[in-house]
Amino acid sequence: MKEIKIKIKDLTLHYGQKLALNNICLEIPDRRVTALIGPSGCGKSTFLRTLNRMNDLIPSARISGEVLIDELNIYDRNIDVVNLRKRVGMVFQKSNPFSKSIYENVAYGPRINGINERKVLDEIVETSLKRAAIWNEVKDRLRDSALGLSGGQQQRLCIARTLSVNPDVILMDEPASALDPLSTSKIEELIHQLKEQYTIVIVTHNMQQAARVSDYTAFFYLGELIEFGKTKTIFTNPTIKQTEDYITGRFG
Amino acid sequence: MAENTRFTAESLKKKFRLSEFLAEKFITGIAFLSITIIVLIFVFVFREAIPLFRTGKAKEVAVKEQVTKINEGLKPESYGDTVNQASPVVVTNKPAPQAYDEDVIRQVENKKALKTLNTATWQPVSDNPRYGLWSLFFGTLKVTLIAILIAAPLGILAALFTSAFAPTWLREILKPAIELLAGFPSVVIGFFALMVMASFFQDLFGYASRLNAFVGGVAMSLAAIPIIYTITEDALSSVPATYKEASLALGANHWQTAFFVTLPAATPGIFASILLGTGRVFGETMIALMATGNAALLSANPFESVRTLAATIGAEMAEVVYGDTHYSVLFLIGALLFIFSFGMNALAEFYIKGRLMKRFMGR
Repeated sequence: MKEIKIKIKDLTLHYGQKLALNNICLEIPDRRVTALIGPSGCGKSTFLRTLNRMNDLIPSARISGEVLIDELNIYDRNIDVVNLRKRVGMVFQKSNPFSKSIYENVAYGPRINGINERKVLDEIVETSLKRAAIWNEVKDRLRDSALGLSGGQQQRLCIARTLSVNPDVILMDEPASALDPLSTSKIEELIHQLKEQYTIVIVTHNMQQAARVSDYTAFFYLGELIEFGKTKTIFTNPTIKQTEDYITGRFG
Repeated sequence: MAENTRFTAESLKKKFRLSEFLAEKFITGIAFLSITIIVLIFVFVFREAIPLFRTGKAKEVAVKEQVTKINEGLKPESYGDTVNQASPVVVTNKPAPQAYDEDVIRQVENKKALKTLNTATWQPVSDNPRYGLWSLFFGTLKVTLIAILIAAPLGILAALFTSAFAPTWLREILKPAIELLAGFPSVVIGFFALMVMASFFQDLFGYASRLNAFVGGVAMSLAAIPIIYTITEDALSSVPATYKEASLALGANHWQTAFFVTLPAATPGIFASILLGTGRVFGETMIALMATGNAALLSANPFESVRTLAATIGAEMAEVVYGDTHYSVLFLIGALLFIFSFGMNALAEFYIKGRLMKRFMGR
């Protein structure tokens, strides 16, 4: 096993009275793709959102336990959430580009970090778009509205936007669930390329996708982490019956 | 039962349901009634203004003759403003041309009035009445501008605060509280402006006329703020949460998200709110009547008294002779107000439509 990037210790999360995550312990390896699978409502998206503290936005959410990124507990009192989120980027299920131009969408991240120099911005925009494998499609229309792009292009633009602030970790919440197979395969290809540089955690409903893109897989059920291991092992030889049932489609 | 549930031509036959029919017709009727009423008001205002433009070119010669005749002795039958030169006794015994005379005199007056419309002097009640609309028009613009310059930033920032920064419990108090202000009777705001604000601002700035465009503008902004606030707040809270999340996930803090993502995304709604607020101020009568001083001066100084279009109608309509030139001019002002606010709403509608199209179709 490679170096550990994120270490989760006894993570428990309540929404009001409802227990959403129960005592999760997990170690996410560096520069690998980790897939989170499980039926709807099992807590995998909630878990993903604890990794960059997006759950802070929900007033009723209560969290206990530790999430260590590079040995640093992100739920520590002294952690600045804004800086944390710069290092842990997120791509959402529904592509959500701002109603600005393509250029401005990608430049937004650097801009709010105080980069205003035209040249630097141009460079960041270009490299981000290139890394997100969308540069060739949009290089002639950077000034056009981002909402004129197709769904798949919008999603890759969102990935480019996430890359623009140079994070270490990228969280993806079902990034391809609303896309056609062609766009999906592009996104998957992209994930393959990105894992050279980034630690990726991806939530997916699509079992084949998890098998295709991920190196490690975690199976969640009813707020509990049932099984975690190498994707190959999980899909071919799971140790726990529930996992096997889910993967073979017997429930969920 | 069994018969009813079976699929037969009989059970699926079209049925006439009386209550459904009646309810539908009733609702349709009410809707058309309200539309009809609005159209009728429109028609009425314009109809009353139109006689002003009847100056009868063909009759011009006849008018001149008539006027000389009148000057020679028929004076007593004339009306309104020309009476002052007349002897109190009715001299004539020619009954036939009376109605005609009245009409002709009115047309002569109309002609004079039309010539004065494009001036800055508003002196409708004088020997030589002048109906210059410019001072009224300019005064209205001045007050509107002052009111919007105060109301727009306050309303928008307050809305931004409630939608982006205020904790839930505070939002639940603030929003209804400010919306309550929208239902505030404007006469109460006017009264407050007249008694309290006017003196306060005079003490503060030390200008000469106690009631002026500035005091009126500030008072009217109190009427416009709730409108701007409410609509802006709605626009801001309807910005999809995913936008905010995307921004926050990039490491933006709350105020950056509010100013650079939420606010731009809500621009069409904010624009609409400002236009609606402008419309409210533009047509506001009671506050203008009470707080602006009502002197028809043409001046750029915000601390001079002004007379607005709406206040002019409010102040003079009750004292005017039915059907005379002054009356028609007041209706002309009414028609102008109508056209302005109509134009403003149309602008809002089309601008927003165009803008939304551009944004959401990506054109």
